[in-house]
Amino acid sequence: MSALSAPVSWARENLFSNWKNTLATLAIAYLLWKLALPFLDWALVHAVWWSPDAKACRAAKGTGACWALVADKHRFMLFGTYPYDAQWRPALASLIFVALYVVSAIRACWRRWLALVWLGGLVAIGVLMWGGVFGLRYVENERWGGLALTLLLATFGIAFAFPLSILLALARRSTMPVIRWLAIGYIELIRGVPLISLLFMASVMLPLFLPEGVTIDKLLRAQIAMILFAAAYLAEVVRGGLQAIPRGQYEAAQALGLPFWKMMGLIILPQALRISIPPLVNTFIGFFKDTSLVLIIGLFDLLTTVKVSLTEPKWSGFGIEAYLFASAVYFIFCFAMSRYSQALEKSLGAAQSRTTAGKGAA
Amino acid sequence: MRTVVTVATLASALALTLGALPAHAQSTLDAVKSKGFVQCGVNTGLAGFSQPDSKGEWKGLDVDVCRAVAAAVFGDATKVRYTPLTAQQRFTALQSGEIDILSRNTTWTLSRDTSLGLNFAGVDYYDGQGFMVPKKLNVKSAKQLNGATICVQPGTTTELNLADYFRANNMKFKPVVIEKLEEVTNAFFSGRCDVYTTDVSGLVSTRGTRAPNPADYVILPEVISKEPLGPVVRHGDDQWFDIVKWSLFAMIDAEEMGLRSDNIDQHMGSKNPGIQRFVGESGDLGKMLGLDPKWSYNIVKQVGNYGESFDRNLKPLGFERGLNALWTKGGLMYAPPMR
Repeated sequence: MSALSAPVSWARENLFSNWKNTLATLAIAYLLWKLALPFLDWALVHAVWWSPDAKACRAAKGTGACWALVADKHRFMLFGTYPYDAQWRPALASLIFVALYVVSAIRACWRRWLALVWLGGLVAIGVLMWGGVFGLRYVENERWGGLALTLLLATFGIAFAFPLSILLALARRSTMPVIRWLAIGYIELIRGVPLISLLFMASVMLPLFLPEGVTIDKLLRAQIAMILFAAAYLAEVVRGGLQAIPRGQYEAAQALGLPFWKMMGLIILPQALRISIPPLVNTFIGFFKDTSLVLIIGLFDLLTTVKVSLTEPKWSGFGIEAYLFASAVYFIFCFAMSRYSQALEKSLGAAQSRTTAGKGAA
Repeated sequence: MRTVVTVATLASALALTLGALPAHAQSTLDAVKSKGFVQCGVNTGLAGFSQPDSKGEWKGLDVDVCRAVAAAVFGDATKVRYTPLTAQQRFTALQSGEIDILSRNTTWTLSRDTSLGLNFAGVDYYDGQGFMVPKKLNVKSAKQLNGATICVQPGTTTELNLADYFRANNMKFKPVVIEKLEEVTNAFFSGRCDVYTTDVSGLVSTRGTRAPNPADYVILPEVISKEPLGPVVRHGDDQWFDIVKWSLFAMIDAEEMGLRSDNIDQHMGSKNPGIQRFVGESGDLGKMLGLDPKWSYNIVKQVGNYGESFDRNLKPLGFERGLNALWTKGGLMYAPPMR
């Protein structure tokens, strides 16, 4: 078979194998033609890429996208109200975040020193964001914003919520009734209310309970609410993993004379967490996007900065372009997480893979 | 209520360990001075009033009030930190001491002034609810709107004022209630309703920026509600209340006296006793407020007078002075004498 005919035969086999498939292929091709082409036309061909006063955008409204909005506002969208001349700092902090994710994703790096790398990375991020040392100007955290804030909320949220959730899951399966009831009460209460109401509680009600003069930083309040929220959800995911471990594993560990924490740390949790990878990543992705809910308490995360960009009169009315930009950023992070989890499942599951579903099963 | 308790104990423990404990017996002025900045609550994004620009710097009329207070207290208008607040958060933030001033297009009403424990330190913008209609409908007065379809955003006093006005005038209307500003204006400009109602300031900026052709739309002369917007402080600290109030008055008085940021230096040696008092060359107005004698000079030099701020922030959006002109020019802006 020559190289040229390979795609043709592939198409014949997969797209035009019988009249039903042929019909479906043609219908989908027609739809793509009708939908995708106008979109590309709008997004690329007739788009306005540069127009500081937005006049060209107004002229092209309806026929072409106004990417000039993103060109003009991208620094505000990504870094919020962080001092303009110091925005390399949140940019670098975001890169450190991404680098930390990448390092943690490589299995060869799963060593004890990884914890030190994280510690070092987070200290570096803290120094970069706050400043006040090494000749960096101090920047109060009310001015943090944009992508850096989104990554910060998501990373710290997951980093604190995950260990907490393991404790909660273990507590919920504990034989000690008080501990079990506390865990059940916590999980059910938090799962019973939407994240928005927790954020509202943290930002609007909590300050009223504190003694006069005591205030807690708005960002810290939101972060704590998000940690508490994520922990409740993750706890149930981990509990699902724990339940899937056969009784024999526990009994074998106990027969070896392992104390509780060693049994959990060495035998049960490694297996349980491996089973839980898909729902864990599912929750992580959901949580990453949930951070955008801080919009309602006036924290300038990525979605808020995008929205605020639109309140400037010259750019108002170009919401589609701005939100497309925001969704592209969110998509990059979420898609990377989901691809990585698939690869991880494959490599971790290789040892104990069961019969894989046949290719033909539709 | 376990959540509340957990959150509260956790958080207060954190706050205590972090040492974030300003003594509450301290006056606001002393607290502000020892912090080194004024903490100011602003809108998360309202064009012309408070909005971060492309460089992330806060700009607007409400923001200028905060900057004026910083100029008065520190002699440096940049010593402000901004807390962007939503409508639901704003009063709690002020009551709990998270912010020192709330300058977030907040309407002065009796219940807010009393039961919420707030003090309104004057008015920096007189707003009111109005109606916008397409010119082709040939409507000249709101009294002709019987039976009209009206686009309105829910949840604010706007909706209630609308119902009150039509009931009082024995007219009927069909409301089209849409939450999002973006969508409600789209609905109006695409012709889904005959009328769009919100505060006149909102109508002006919507017409200037969103209308396919601004000249095709008219704002009717009737203003059906009073919305005086101004900076707010907590009950219980009269000195701070005075400082915020007179910082705003200084901006208005400066415009009346013709003092501007670009000419106030030339007036330093002026023989006019009013100007001498204003720039701190005679009298001790600053001392009475607990401030530097040059407090009002610094406001005008660094922030500008009220008219300058209006021209810088609102005029480019198509706002006219109207009610917000000086009383000498037919408006309502009237500040008590500085003596």
